[in-house]
Amino acid sequence: MSPFPRTLWSLGPLAVTDSMVVMLFLSVLLVVAGVVALRIPRARTALEIGYEALERSIVATTSADVRALVPLVLTLWIFLGVANLVSLVPGVASPTRDLSLAAALAVVSFFSGHIHAIRVHGVSYLRHYVEPSPLLLPFNVIGEIGRTIALALRLFGNMLSGHLVVAIVLYLAGLLLPVPLMLLGVLTGLVQAYIFGVLTLVFAASSLREAERRMQQEVA
Amino acid sequence: MTAQEMIPLVSIVTAGLTVAGGSFGAALGEGRALAQGLDAIARQPDSASTITRTLFVGLAMVESSAIYPLVVGLILLFANPFVR
Repeated sequence: MSPFPRTLWSLGPLAVTDSMVVMLFLSVLLVVAGVVALRIPRARTALEIGYEALERSIVATTSADVRALVPLVLTLWIFLGVANLVSLVPGVASPTRDLSLAAALAVVSFFSGHIHAIRVHGVSYLRHYVEPSPLLLPFNVIGEIGRTIALALRLFGNMLSGHLVVAIVLYLAGLLLPVPLMLLGVLTGLVQAYIFGVLTLVFAASSLREAERRMQQEVA
Repeated sequence: MTAQEMIPLVSIVTAGLTVAGGSFGAALGEGRALAQGLDAIARQPDSASTITRTLFVGLAMVESSAIYPLVVGLILLFANPFVR
């Protein structure tokens, strides 16, 4: 599989790449698997126990109340884990090596954090952008956008570099030599999926904490 | 050598230097962070899980500074806007 996204068909101005096809297939597969698992009582119980344990550990490790974001983070973990590991299937490349998918997920993470904070603290939460001084507004905005871009580029760069290294070693050395690198790719893929979810949570929690601190100062 | 022939040459050399320099700094920083994390785990094995989690997140943040040069290098090699 080529390390770069390939255009399979073009529907007018929309180019359908192989990463889009794989991503849609994985999404449908995961949704169907989830619906089927919820119909089976035993699997449903196991899933609920796992969900509650993960939710408890996530809530215990973050200082702000991010319980509403737990479903999103778990979805990101499952989807990114599967999408990063799907490159182990011969003939399929993981869709996360495409900057479009990584950027789309980063945008989702950006907006979910802000919408959650606005829901908890109201629109006055946005005031933390003009603190401590309105002069710092551009820097605060650049910081927010910069870490979202970094979130997208981190996932994209790690996955694409993994694919590229495997492709180059395969081209230079032959059949079995890329296998250790692919094993390393399994580790990187799982770690990057974990990191993406955790960073979504950390960013949301940090903006919530700032708003909470300001409210306490106003009360005091 | 014309300018059109110079551009790929300079791009390849620059891409190599970019990735080398970027990974050098990130590797130094990540090595220091990892050493400190292991030291902290050795001192306080009880809080190993918290330290490991924070360490992973921190390492991923540091690593993005190595990913930027990589992306720039990839653009220079495969999507160079000046090569026609």
